[in-house]
Amino acid sequence: MSGTQKHIAYLDNGDSTQMLPEVLEAMMPYLSHSYGNPASLHQLGLDAENAVDDARDSLAESLGAKSNEIYFTASATESNNLALSGLLANYPDKRHVVVSPIEHASVRNLVKQWQKNGIAEVTFLDVDDNGMVDPQHLKKSLRDDTLFVSIIHGNNEIGTLQDIKTLGEICRERDVFFHSDMAQSLGKVPFNLSELPIDLASFNSHKAHGPKGVGALYVRRKVKVRRIMEGGPQEQNLRPGTENVPAIIGFAKAAEIAVRDREVAMAQVESLTQKLSEKLLSIPHTRLNGPGHGPNRLPGSINITFSYIEGEAVLMRLNLQGVYVSSGSACSSRALVPSHVLTAIGLVHEEAHGSIRYTLSRLNTEADVEHAYQVTLKTVESLRAMTAFIPEEHSERESDHAKTFYKKKSE
Amino acid sequence: MAIKYSQKVINEFTNPENVGEVDGANATATEGSPACGDMITYSMKINRESRVIEDIKFRSYGCASNIATASMATKIAKGRTVDEIIALTPKTVTEELDGLPAVKIHCSVLAINGLKAAVRKWDAEQSGQSVEGDFTLDNETIIRELRDVIHPETGISIVKMNMVHLVEVDSGSVFVELMMGETDDMYFENIEEETREHLENLPGVKTATVKITEGKAYKFK
Repeated sequence: MSGTQKHIAYLDNGDSTQMLPEVLEAMMPYLSHSYGNPASLHQLGLDAENAVDDARDSLAESLGAKSNEIYFTASATESNNLALSGLLANYPDKRHVVVSPIEHASVRNLVKQWQKNGIAEVTFLDVDDNGMVDPQHLKKSLRDDTLFVSIIHGNNEIGTLQDIKTLGEICRERDVFFHSDMAQSLGKVPFNLSELPIDLASFNSHKAHGPKGVGALYVRRKVKVRRIMEGGPQEQNLRPGTENVPAIIGFAKAAEIAVRDREVAMAQVESLTQKLSEKLLSIPHTRLNGPGHGPNRLPGSINITFSYIEGEAVLMRLNLQGVYVSSGSACSSRALVPSHVLTAIGLVHEEAHGSIRYTLSRLNTEADVEHAYQVTLKTVESLRAMTAFIPEEHSERESDHAKTFYKKKSE
Repeated sequence: MAIKYSQKVINEFTNPENVGEVDGANATATEGSPACGDMITYSMKINRESRVIEDIKFRSYGCASNIATASMATKIAKGRTVDEIIALTPKTVTEELDGLPAVKIHCSVLAINGLKAAVRKWDAEQSGQSVEGDFTLDNETIIRELRDVIHPETGISIVKMNMVHLVEVDSGSVFVELMMGETDDMYFENIEEETREHLENLPGVKTATVKITEGKAYKFK
C-alpha cells in the first residue's frame, strides 16, 4: 500500500450497514435539543411523542401496515422474542410450535430452550439443498395444538428467500399463527404486510442503513400478544421502557428511503453481486451456498465455500487487506462446530468451515467488487499453497455429496 | 465476537515461516482433522547421533492462530533435541506469540502435540518399539489425555477446571461425565465433541460416550 490510501471494501452489510446522511440528519434534533421523554406532559415531551407517532405512521406505511400494528423494540432479536414468548404466554392450551432449521439464533435458541425445559414441543421443518422449506412438510407438521409457525423470510447466512405467501396460507387454513423474521428483507424485496397471510413480523433498522438499537414488531390486529417485560404503558402496553426517540426517528427515515429507492438501488446491488459472485466462483474448488442469484435469493447475498482452507483464516487475511466479510464458522475450540444453517442444507463440516459470506449494499461500488475479488484470489491461493488438507487422504471422511462435488470441480 | 490477536500472531499468520515439506524427512506427524477445522502436518529431519531437529516444516489447515502457532512451533523446534521437544508445553508457544485469546489456546496444544507425536514416533522407530509402548487404557491415562481438552471460555483444561466428574473404562468402551456448571450453552457442543474426539484417538478405545451434566458449578483447583 505504498503511499496510497488503502481501499476498504465493506462487504458485511448482512451484519450491519452504514447510516445514510439523510437518516442522521433526521435524528440530529432528537440527539440534541429535542430530548424530551414522550411520556412527559410538557411541551418537550409532547414534541417527542409527536415525533414517535409520526415515525410509527411512516414505518407502517413503508411496511404496508396500520400504525397501531407497529411496536418499536430495541432489535429484531427482541421482536422475535416478544412475538413468540408473547404468544406462548397467551395461549396456555397450545404447546406445539413449528420453525425452520435455518432460523436466526433469537428464534432457534428460544424454542430449543422451551424444548429442553418441556415448555413446548418443537418441530423443525425439512429444507432442501438451498434452504427452501417444503410446504408439504409444513402442512403435515401442523396439529390441533400448534400455536405458531415461525419462518425466516430472507436467511441472513445463505440468502434463501422463502415463499412466505404460500407458507402463511397453509397456516391460515389451520388457524395457526404465522410469524416471520423479516430482519433482512426491508428495502431488499418488495412486500406489503396487509396483503400477506402474516400475523407477526420482526424488523430492524441497522441492516437497512438506519441506526442500531431499534427494531419493530408487526402484530396484526386481533392477534393477542402478552408483554414479556414489566414497566410503563409504552408501545400500547406491549413493550415498556422509554422509547429510543432518535433511533426510532432514524429507523422510520431509513425505511422510507429503503422502500422509495428499492427498485433502482437493488438493481445496482444485484448487478454488482452477480459480478462478484461470478468472479469468485471462477476460482477452482468453490461452490455457492444457498439458491442461485435471482428471485429465490436476497439481493446482495453471496456465500461461498473455498475448499481445503478454513474460513477464519480467509477472513483474517481479507481483513488485513481491507476487505471486510464474515465467515460461516467461528473456530472457538478444537472441535469447530459449523453454522447450523450450512449443516441444515447438507454441507459436511469441512465444506462449512471454508465458507465466507459477502453481503453488498447500495453503497458498494465496482471498485469494491474488483478489490474484493483480487484480494480473495490471492488469499485463497496463498492459503491453499500451505494447506495440510489434502483431499485424497481424507476422502473416507467426506460425504458422497462432497466426493461428487470435488470430482466435478476438478474435472 | 471479535477475536483480538497480538501483533506477533498477526505477523506470524501473515508471513509464516517453514511452510512445506522437508526433503528427506525422517519424522512426520499429522494432528487434528479437516472435520474439526484444525489440522497441522509436520515433517522433520532428525540427526540420529545428536537427536537434534536439523530441519522442520509444516502444513496447516485452520484458522489464523493455527497457522501462527504452527509456524512458531517450527521455529522453536529447530535446533532442539528430541528430549527437549518432549519437555515442551503449549505455554512456550503462547508466550512466544505474546499470548493467545482463550478460545484459541487449543491451537497451541495442537501445535505442540504435533511436534511431540512426530519425535515420539521417530524415537520408537529408532529403538524398534511400538509408539504406543506399554500404554494401558485406564482412568489415569484418560485423565492425562483430557488435559488437552481446553475450555474455550477460559483457555484452561477441563481437567484443571474440575469438570471431569466421572470416568469409567470397560475394556474398549469409555464413559466420561462432564459437569458443565455455569458454562455457557453455546460451548456444550464444542466441548462434548472435542472430548469424544480425544477419547476415540486413544489406543484401544472402541466406543467413547460423553455425558454432559448441567447445574453444578465448577471450581478451579
